[in-house]
Amino acid sequence: MKELMLGNKAVARGLYEAGCSFISSYPGTPSTEITEEAAKYDEIYCEWAPNEKVALEAAHGATLGGVRASCAMKHVGLNVAADPLFTISYQGLNAGLVICVADDPGMHSSQNEQDSRHYAFAAKVPMLEPSDSEEALLYTKRAYEISEQFNTPVFIKLCTRVSHSQSVVSKGERTVPAQVPYKKDPTKVMMTLNSRNAHVRVEQRTRDLIEFAETDPINRVIRGSKTAEGIESDIFYLQNKKIGVITSSTSYQYAKEVWGENVDILKLGMVYPLPEKLILDFAASVDHVIVLEELDPIIENHCKALGIKVTGKELFPICGEFSSNTIRECVKATVPEFTVLDDDIPGRPPVMCAGCPHRGIFYVLKKLKCMVYGDIGCYTLGAVAPLNAMDLNVCMGASCSGLHGFNKAMGEVGEKNSVGVIGDSTFVHSGITGITDISYNMSNSTVIILDNSITGMTGHQQNPTTGKNLRGEPAGKVDLEALCRALGYNRVTVIDPYDMAETERVIKEELQAEEPSIIISRRPCVMIKGTVHKPPIKPDKDKCVGCKMCMQIGCPAISVRDGKVEIDTTLCIGCNVCTQMCKFGALCGEES
Amino acid sequence: METKNIMIVGVGGQGTLLASKLLGYVLLKQGYDVKVSEVHGMSQRGGSVVTYVRYGDKVYSPVIDRGEADMILAFEQLEAARWLPYLKKGGRIIVNTQRMEPMPVITEAAVYPEDLVGKMRAAGAEVDAGDFLEIATKAGSAKAVNIALMGRLSVYFPDIPGEVWQEAIEANVPPKFLDLNRIAFENGSKMS
Ligand SMILES: Cc1ncc(C[n+]2csc(CCOP(=O)(O)OP(=O)(O)O)c2C)c(N)n1
Repeated sequence: MKELMLGNKAVARGLYEAGCSFISSYPGTPSTEITEEAAKYDEIYCEWAPNEKVALEAAHGATLGGVRASCAMKHVGLNVAADPLFTISYQGLNAGLVICVADDPGMHSSQNEQDSRHYAFAAKVPMLEPSDSEEALLYTKRAYEISEQFNTPVFIKLCTRVSHSQSVVSKGERTVPAQVPYKKDPTKVMMTLNSRNAHVRVEQRTRDLIEFAETDPINRVIRGSKTAEGIESDIFYLQNKKIGVITSSTSYQYAKEVWGENVDILKLGMVYPLPEKLILDFAASVDHVIVLEELDPIIENHCKALGIKVTGKELFPICGEFSSNTIRECVKATVPEFTVLDDDIPGRPPVMCAGCPHRGIFYVLKKLKCMVYGDIGCYTLGAVAPLNAMDLNVCMGASCSGLHGFNKAMGEVGEKNSVGVIGDSTFVHSGITGITDISYNMSNSTVIILDNSITGMTGHQQNPTTGKNLRGEPAGKVDLEALCRALGYNRVTVIDPYDMAETERVIKEELQAEEPSIIISRRPCVMIKGTVHKPPIKPDKDKCVGCKMCMQIGCPAISVRDGKVEIDTTLCIGCNVCTQMCKFGALCGEES
Repeated sequence: METKNIMIVGVGGQGTLLASKLLGYVLLKQGYDVKVSEVHGMSQRGGSVVTYVRYGDKVYSPVIDRGEADMILAFEQLEAARWLPYLKKGGRIIVNTQRMEPMPVITEAAVYPEDLVGKMRAAGAEVDAGDFLEIATKAGSAKAVNIALMGRLSVYFPDIPGEVWQEAIEANVPPKFLDLNRIAFENGSKMS
């Protein structure tokens, strides 16, 4: 039966049908639902790993154990998993391994816009790139065949518009290959001669894969029925030409949308390694070649290396996501008319939820005028107005190690006025090594672990600090206090971020301390099912003087209308942080 | 049939994703090729959110661009105005008149423009505006605003039988909320 399915769910379905039995992943938009959806199949063991490197190593380990395995991550996650990736590529497998990686052109939910295809080239790992849900399902199954035929991990490369779009798929049955017995093989030890031999094998594998790419229907030519008419364009060298478009992924969909039957298309389902003869023949069959690809000119450079004259990034942007209109504008064709109101439409940036335990901390840090080295998570929203309490962030874990470097450079001036802030999931992901740098190399740095007992930003996944596994069942639990002590911290303090006075006192004290400190700010995220909410704050309008102090914390439940405070009772959960902001007692919560 | 474009816009947390799921379900049942594109992640934290629904004989791009939407279903006034440029000339926009002030307005860094509905009409859009929050609240839960709006949307699909919408609601709403959602849908469709 045909069904509308999210791209990520279709990948999960593909994993299921291919008989994948083990998935280890770390969440990250837009890849998260692959693992969440796969976990709905009892037949697949699924887990959240502490980070992507661990996830890939675990998945590879499962293939050594003889079962088909997978792991999923966002593009920046692949940076973290890059170390095992390159050597797994050499070492080979005992059963199929599929690595799903989702890029985020346009940065809907990411800190950079890197193009994962570079990793396929760098690590010499084949990469398939579906353009919709149907292909996501089929390519995932296909990826296991390629993986086992060529003894290589295979990438399924997605992007936001494939991962988070639903389109029609047909489902198939699950077939599970027999588990391959483990055999000790001395050539698997990756050193000297073995590694040299492995590299030679990888180069041969790539040549074999290019052969495969030349003829396999995953790369296909789609001839347009109206190519004689050419495309609409004000650019002279595109006019009255039989145009051939080389493209993949969603760019293929945009090409079809804009040019329909007026062009011939070479749709590449496999973007590494790229075919040569197929591309040369296609180019020879048309008057002019356009390469349409989001982000970097990878297919374009390949074509140029083959000596083909193509139009690519000189017209189409490297930055940002494509759309039909981008393409129309780039080739100077007409774009649809539209209406804009004269008024300025205020932006609506995302905000911390009402009652978010991160809010109070950032208010205090702003008040203390701290340099705040931030990290990645919901708490990154501490950077936006009116809190404006974060100086910078880089990547997961940099809040600890980056702060250490900063303080070594700044000395006491830095140490007494700066903190790192890091979420619980991010801390386990990459903060542990950073705080070890602090304690081992002795900077008097202060790191605040924002422990809201969940991986909030990516949609509330469990993590090693929550005591539950991916399916919500009881699991092992990292004891953060004990861990930090074991890493060399004498000063480990737990605070309740709803208690602003205590929060301020502790932060001041730890900044002054002559040794490294950890502050664990502990309060569960208000969005976790089961978190106890108190009744909303009842504003006393007689006491309110309209000073707007309560507005300083940027709570979406608070507004001031006609000079008096108002509380949105559908949002307020009675955290009482605003109560502590009001000197006039106008914002009273229920006594508890 | 040429591809038709519908956008669902609102504020993260308002239930736009469920609305697009229902619509996708209904359109697929009618035998169309359908694509639905959503935004997850950061903006679901109270940011501006948009879902694109496209249907026809064969749909390629999963997204809708400026000037391409046949219809916009807006869960909030300011969001209606923000996404208005995506409406085709002469297209229809269904607007829930609810006002949700974004942080820049709350902090007085920006102002919430007045009479957006009137201004959209003056700009030539077919505006169908109403207080769907009230309909949902009366039906039993403010959360049913998405279903009330779906009810209104259904009016513009005279060829799709009522049972198909009902079936979509049943397939996507937890049983204990079914009754109130049915009422919200019904009253949303009747609103004028
Ligand atoms: C290397 C890498 N992997 C994954 C992500 C995606 N990501 C962004 S924030 C986040 C979770 C943060 O959770 P936590 O640290 O607990 O903070 P919270 O959002 O709960 O406040 C993840 C997984 C990323 N940005 N970088």
